Amino acid sequence: MVLVFFAYFALASIAAGVLTVALKHPVHCGLALLALLVHVSGLFILLNAEFLWAVQVIVYAGAILVLYLFVLMLLNLKTDDRYFHSSYLYFLVPAAFGSLCVLALLIRSPFGGAKGDATTVAILQDGDTHAVGIKMFSEYLLQFEIVGVFLLGAVIGAIVLAKTPKPVSRERKA
Amino acid sequence: MVPLSAYVAVSAVLFITGLLGVLIRRNFIIVLMSVEVMLNAANINLVAFSHYLESMAGQLVALFIIAIAAGEAAIGLAIIIVVFRGRISTNVDEMNLLKW
Repeated sequence: MVLVFFAYFALASIAAGVLTVALKHPVHCGLALLALLVHVSGLFILLNAEFLWAVQVIVYAGAILVLYLFVLMLLNLKTDDRYFHSSYLYFLVPAAFGSLCVLALLIRSPFGGAKGDATTVAILQDGDTHAVGIKMFSEYLLQFEIVGVFLLGAVIGAIVLAKTPKPVSRERKA
Repeated sequence: MVPLSAYVAVSAVLFITGLLGVLIRRNFIIVLMSVEVMLNAANINLVAFSHYLESMAGQLVALFIIAIAAGEAAIGLAIIIVVFRGRISTNVDEMNLLKW
């Protein structure tokens, strides 16, 4: 059963990713990106990461994608006839070849490693959100604060960039 | 039980799709969307390893990546607005003022 869900979410997210890159109209690309984000959040559910699932749906699909759609609607972009780069075939063929090589290597790898202490049973005891919170506010507190300062800087930068520039007054010019 | 390499393969395919989008698309907004596809691929990878190696670190880093993606989207779209206000189109090939 898990295998069926995994196959669905994986194939749908890959198809949505390809559509995001390949569709012509920017709004259609945004909708394909929405499909990709929702299916990736389904993969998070399969991996016992319910908190990330909620964050993915709320922050990514709810906030970031709406920001993209706002800017798309605001700018009223016209679609170009040549919407791919002129020499895209030179990228496409090496990319297909390289991805096949990488996939062959990845499928064969065993991916062993040192295991941590967050077993599935331990996580399910209090829920994933509890486990994430305990870890974030103990070991990762500094990174959490840095991300907070980063977001503040991003907000200020976005406001400064997008502000309408003041018209230069004539008295000062003269 | 789904093997870990299946998740990693999905993530690799998505990442390459996003990278290809950054390289071949000419619309700046869609280039930014392709960056989001790449960030999602990285998130799948991190959460999959976090689950299979039984450590919380991957999920936390994925959370930070989502926060940084939000900042990146805000700044990138503000730059698009500035560029569009200067009557330059959002075609990445025509934005070459910073090119020396």
